[in-house]
Amino acid sequence: MVSPLAIVLFFFLVLPIAMIAIVSFWQATEFSIIPAFQFENYEFLFGSPVTYTVFINTFKYAILTWIFTFLIGFTVAYYLAFHIRSLTWQVALFLLCTIPFWTSNIIRMISWIPFLGRNGIANSTLISWGVIDEPLEWLLFSDFSVVLAFVHIYTLFMVVPIFNTMMRIDKSLIEAARDGGANGAQILWNVILPLTKPGIMIGTIFVVTLVMGDFFTVRIMSGSQSANVGRLISNDIALLQYPSASATAIVLLLTVLITIGILLRFVDIRKEL
Amino acid sequence: MTLYTKRHGLSRRTMLKTGVAAAAGTLAAPMVWAQSNITLRQAGTGVSAFNEIAAKAQEDLGITLEMTALDSDSVTQRVATQPDSFDIADIEYWICKKVWPTGNLQAMDTSKIANYDKIAGTFRSGKLTPTSEIAQGTAPHTVGFTTGVDGKEFVQEESGWMTLIPTIYNADTLGIRPDLIGRPISNWSELLNPEFKGKASILDISSIGIMDMAMVVESMGEYTYPDKGNMTREEIDLTMAIFTEAKKNGQFRAFWKSFDESVNLMASGEVVIQSMWSPAITAVRGQGIPCVYQPLEEGYRSWGGGMGLAASLEGAKLDAAYEYINWYLSGWVGGFLMRQGYYSAVPETSKLFMSDDEWGFWYEGKESMGEIVSPSGQTLEGAGAVRDGGSFIDRMGAVACWNSVMDENQYMVRKWNEFIAA
Repeated sequence: MVSPLAIVLFFFLVLPIAMIAIVSFWQATEFSIIPAFQFENYEFLFGSPVTYTVFINTFKYAILTWIFTFLIGFTVAYYLAFHIRSLTWQVALFLLCTIPFWTSNIIRMISWIPFLGRNGIANSTLISWGVIDEPLEWLLFSDFSVVLAFVHIYTLFMVVPIFNTMMRIDKSLIEAARDGGANGAQILWNVILPLTKPGIMIGTIFVVTLVMGDFFTVRIMSGSQSANVGRLISNDIALLQYPSASATAIVLLLTVLITIGILLRFVDIRKEL
Repeated sequence: MTLYTKRHGLSRRTMLKTGVAAAAGTLAAPMVWAQSNITLRQAGTGVSAFNEIAAKAQEDLGITLEMTALDSDSVTQRVATQPDSFDIADIEYWICKKVWPTGNLQAMDTSKIANYDKIAGTFRSGKLTPTSEIAQGTAPHTVGFTTGVDGKEFVQEESGWMTLIPTIYNADTLGIRPDLIGRPISNWSELLNPEFKGKASILDISSIGIMDMAMVVESMGEYTYPDKGNMTREEIDLTMAIFTEAKKNGQFRAFWKSFDESVNLMASGEVVIQSMWSPAITAVRGQGIPCVYQPLEEGYRSWGGGMGLAASLEGAKLDAAYEYINWYLSGWVGGFLMRQGYYSAVPETSKLFMSDDEWGFWYEGKESMGEIVSPSGQTLEGAGAVRDGGSFIDRMGAVACWNSVMDENQYMVRKWNEFIAA
């Protein structure tokens, strides 16, 4: 018998993706879509230098965001799990981390704009401190602001799973390591890090897929000056080029799947959980 | 986000109003629409989706208007792919060129349009005055007429079947911050002047942006297009190359896609010179920040909006739609829009709904005698102010090109994507 889950997945996951895959072989004029089976969309996609620039850009954002969310997320989770002794405080501080999530993603992102602007708070403060003479132009509408917004929005997705796995680590393992003569750094590297791998991997998958699929953050924070794959797709949709958007979406989907496949090579989440 | 829906007829206040209007209708005159409770769904670009218009239509006609405001691209998409989702499409003429061939709109019989003869010449013969030259690009009259109610081809003469009834239009130019620039600006080429490095912006809507680019390229003396509104591939490449180089040199602070983005860029001082739309200038000024809609020697880039009827409209709903359009052109709406800084398709009738001072300021380009107040009650100018660019004839007479859809549109769009990703 087909389980309910399979039915749900079929209708809401498999079917839509199959549709996208089919449409990606269709033809489009400016105002209509013609069912066909041709490879023109893919030919154009792979033949255009823009595609490569944009995919490289997408990976660049994903990697940079991953590095920062991992460093911050791991540190926060480590502090919560090992430095805060009482469970009450752990829970309280953990909830504190989630407070920014009570407002919408878009608002949290857009609020950076007046802060980072040419005459924004950051620049005027730095000037009044005498650190800089001229406003820093690269604070806003740059790769810096894009990555900053991503890190701000997605760090929690790293904190939660890492914190979760860290809490499951048997404290006696750490004591044993210490009894065996390991110093703090060695414990971190040889005991805690390997045991938190599944959490790191789950966080990584969240962050990487979210960043690679994004289009709005990149548009707003770069002032429309940079593009990632999501923007390419959204531009196509806006111009009624659904088949071409579908082809790009399929290539993006495969890219993300391959990336996750590679990531899962490092850690077998099922086994470790 | 640029997408929002204004729904009319849901709040308690409007419910009361409807009730009153309906009651008045039954008592005073036989108002057909109030009794049959007709609702028209109007999907359009945000520029003309005002709640005030919907409220007034309700009051005068008893027709409930459900307005959906979308950006140009989304409304194109809606008209082309969801023909049953709207009754009236409030679009621009270049969008009409794109969507008319889908057959989702029906032509209008001009004999049913009471003020047809008073519609500005720009939309009929293409000539504002008998001596005007026709500007380049998708000029409204070139896509304004068709062969019959379900005609698919555009015709170049007044055939009696109109594709869109013109609603509002305007002449666009560059907006500047005179306080931050401190010298006169009189050419389009200033947009790429290295003096404004990192402080310029252009809009990220390809059909409009490419025309602004063309104005700049011609003004720089780099190239003179035989027809800016219909470039060849080589011309598109050349235009994009000039702007891509400027982008790589850091000329642009940002690109904008929605109206409010352009207001924020200008008001915050991130940008001092950019492509802009007239009400955005008003919005910046409304914050007490100096901003000028700078008339330039090379002329204006113009756009025009119009309403089209959905192909599916018939019977009472179709009659109501005609009634609504006749009402739209009868003056109240025109006066309302003129006070926003737009022009109405039938200026004559709008005059009846404006004070002499308002008419003098907005239409004739005369110095204002008293305060000029926007329809929302905001004081825009004091006494003694003159509209940027002067009178209707001065501004609309200096149109160099119209927003366009080119034969090489798909190629242009691809190149535009490259420009954004560069």
